[in-house]
Amino acid sequence: MSTSRMRPLLASALGGLLALGATGCAAENAAQAEAEAVSDEKITVYSGRSEDLVKPVLDDFQKASGITVEVRYGDTAQMAAQLQEEGDRSPADVFLAQDAGALGAVAGRGLFARLPGEVLDKVPAAYRDEGGEWVGVTGRVRTMVYDTDRVAAADLPESVFELTEPEWKGRVGIAPTNGSFQAFITAMRVEHGDQRTEEFLAGLKANDAQIREGNAPIVADVNSGKLASGLVNHYYVYELAKEEGTSVEALKAKNHFFPDKNIGSLVNVSGVGVLDKADDDPDVREFVDYLLGTQAQTYFAEDTYEYPLIDGVRTAPGLPSLSSLNAPDIDLDDLDDLATTVEMIKESGLV
Amino acid sequence: MPRPALACAALLAIGVALLPLAYLGIRAAEAGGDRIAGELITGRTGELVVRSVALAAVVTAACTVLGVAAAFLVTRTDLPARRLFGVLAALPLAVPSYVATFAWVSTVGGFEGFWAAALVLTLVSYPYVYLPVAAALVGVDPAQEEVARSLGRGPWRTTVGVTLREVRPAVAAGALLVALYVLSDFGAVSILRVEVLTRAVFTSINLGFDRTGALVLAIALVALTALVLLAEQLSRRRAARYARLGGGTPRPPTRLRLGRSRRAAVLGLAGVIGAALGVPALSLVRWFGVGVSRPGSLGELADAAGNSLQVALLGTALTMVLALPVGLLSARAPGLLSVALDRLAYLSHALPGLVIGLSLVFFGINVAYPLYQSVWLLALAYAALFLPLAVAAVGAAAAQAPPGLEEVARSLGRRRAYVLRTVTVPLAAPGIGAGAALVFLTCMKELPATLLLRPTGMDTLATGLWKHTSVAAYAAAAPYAALLVLIASVPTWWLSARTGVLTRTGG
Repeated sequence: MSTSRMRPLLASALGGLLALGATGCAAENAAQAEAEAVSDEKITVYSGRSEDLVKPVLDDFQKASGITVEVRYGDTAQMAAQLQEEGDRSPADVFLAQDAGALGAVAGRGLFARLPGEVLDKVPAAYRDEGGEWVGVTGRVRTMVYDTDRVAAADLPESVFELTEPEWKGRVGIAPTNGSFQAFITAMRVEHGDQRTEEFLAGLKANDAQIREGNAPIVADVNSGKLASGLVNHYYVYELAKEEGTSVEALKAKNHFFPDKNIGSLVNVSGVGVLDKADDDPDVREFVDYLLGTQAQTYFAEDTYEYPLIDGVRTAPGLPSLSSLNAPDIDLDDLDDLATTVEMIKESGLV
Repeated sequence: MPRPALACAALLAIGVALLPLAYLGIRAAEAGGDRIAGELITGRTGELVVRSVALAAVVTAACTVLGVAAAFLVTRTDLPARRLFGVLAALPLAVPSYVATFAWVSTVGGFEGFWAAALVLTLVSYPYVYLPVAAALVGVDPAQEEVARSLGRGPWRTTVGVTLREVRPAVAAGALLVALYVLSDFGAVSILRVEVLTRAVFTSINLGFDRTGALVLAIALVALTALVLLAEQLSRRRAARYARLGGGTPRPPTRLRLGRSRRAAVLGLAGVIGAALGVPALSLVRWFGVGVSRPGSLGELADAAGNSLQVALLGTALTMVLALPVGLLSARAPGLLSVALDRLAYLSHALPGLVIGLSLVFFGINVAYPLYQSVWLLALAYAALFLPLAVAAVGAAAAQAPPGLEEVARSLGRRRAYVLRTVTVPLAAPGIGAGAALVFLTCMKELPATLLLRPTGMDTLATGLWKHTSVAAYAAAAPYAALLVLIASVPTWWLSARTGVLTRTGG
């Protein structure tokens, strides 16, 4: 079929669909898009964080404030893609994301509003966007999970770079498609340069690094003896303990935090950004304040074992404090060059 | 004979199937030729294409062998417990590929890679071949076989030389569906880490939130689909005739005696069914047992089941309404237009649900905003995804309804619309029902597009299952998986029943 015949065909098809739409439904969506910046006691949250972890906080907020929270749960990356596709007509007021990279990607498209200073100031400068377009809600530390039966404490590496050495051949699990891993690689580039990072990735590949889809399968495989160790975030052992109905001490899988500001112990955040159109919506502001308030922060500390980011809320018992970790000083805003990282990961042959 | 109304309706349907392609075109134009060429012409893309083709070829071949053998055994031999096997052999269609894969991974140590994916995909998709072939074997006129036998051919030579030739269109149609399904499936290849195009599309989105890279790979997938369709088209013999000659009284065909191979046949079929149904069943039971993750309240589960039924029914209704004119047109007014429409309906069928989802996000935001994040747009996505399943069923059903009856009605002065309503549709109704059942159960299982397009706050069984498995809460996920498989097995059972394997005379 030639293009000249194709065009009217498509046009008539689209026209027909429009007619279908007109007779259809859900005019409320349209109304929602025109919502003005007054309190309508309702907000729409796009959550790239899983329902199991976040729902209790949102329920508590709804109860405390009387504001209805409509939540759309999904994968952080797919939700970032959806937000970019929706552009400024997005029904979303708030994006709750699993990592700084996704927030940076949406901010990069100019979709976020600048957050007020008093909101930003609740969180240390290291854990928020320099331009003020997103703010961290919880801290999450990169760590090495290891099987206590297969790795002696004395053999634990001082630096993540040691994992490319022969004694770790086939014994390290990674999740290269996972956002946390990519943020860690980006941080390595910032701290140690592209060449050293390229060597590290090539070293992992040559050392037969075991590829997994995400952090949870790595921790599960380490705990069940299928894998000796893996690079993950710190709270997955706690999730596994919860799922198995046991304590984190009883697991075979343990966290090892790299000492001395090693890049293997990068501190990243989960965070929140407000869509431009909800810039001065008081309900949205109340929600962001709630996330950075004592109650929500305590929930995250005690129930999801993440690091609270505001003053006056304690880290979960058993976890080393953020300050004692001696984590590397990386500006999360410098982690915006994800494209090059992705290119490097692709070229390394790890995905 | 010109049928403007039918043609217009068919064009509308094709418009829906082409929405994802239009979206890909627009995004590709934005990205520019250099970016596309840079992304497309790489060694990695080449590897992805080769691996995708290899996986599709292996699974299609295995499904063809398995599907034809199973269909033949239950319809044409003295296999014991024939009817039970007849139904059980179809049921794997009710198991979503991601559920089957999770089951295998948690049962067999070190289960991953190309051959693992080939195995799981074969086990869940051979019914695409089995069902149409079983129906065709029941429906074939035994007269030709009797002629062959009377000319001195033995039973096995007759089977290979005559019977299997007769059901060739059913085999080809099923094999095409399998090939396209394998190209589009994400669940198995992602869990088993097989780098094929579909997984690379998802990976691109996850890696650096890169839509353009993902969509370029999706374009490669469309090109591959076009080649598969072309190959299938070329493989059809021109002017071959498969319909019954004249009327005649339908009578049961002679059954082959399996003799000594009877035990082997039973064991083989039971083995396949055990692997396809038993492994998932076992894992589900284990999921229920281990783990203490909150098994979700009954209310949530009931809500999700209700939502699943609602969107799947709506999606099925819309898909069938759109498929009807395309199927009728290709059966009744064969010609360049109807062939083109039929092929175009397939073109986006191999696209991953994620791409269909993104394209309808684009369509919803820019063209049909009032529909955005309503169940209607989700139904539209299902229609774009599953139109070919429905078109194939309608086309086959309409082809079986003798056009002579319509001509008689027309000659008696009835109007076309009246004939369509009172003659054609009733005659084709059972086939249309089968198409609807197939679309319905496929809608129930669909995940990526559902995640992107469902109304905010709405969970279906598939998304509920996803949200629990994504945080490794298997105990909480188990009831969703079990209910999903149970509900999907109702239309599957019905589909296997209507192949005729359950009737005493037919099968």
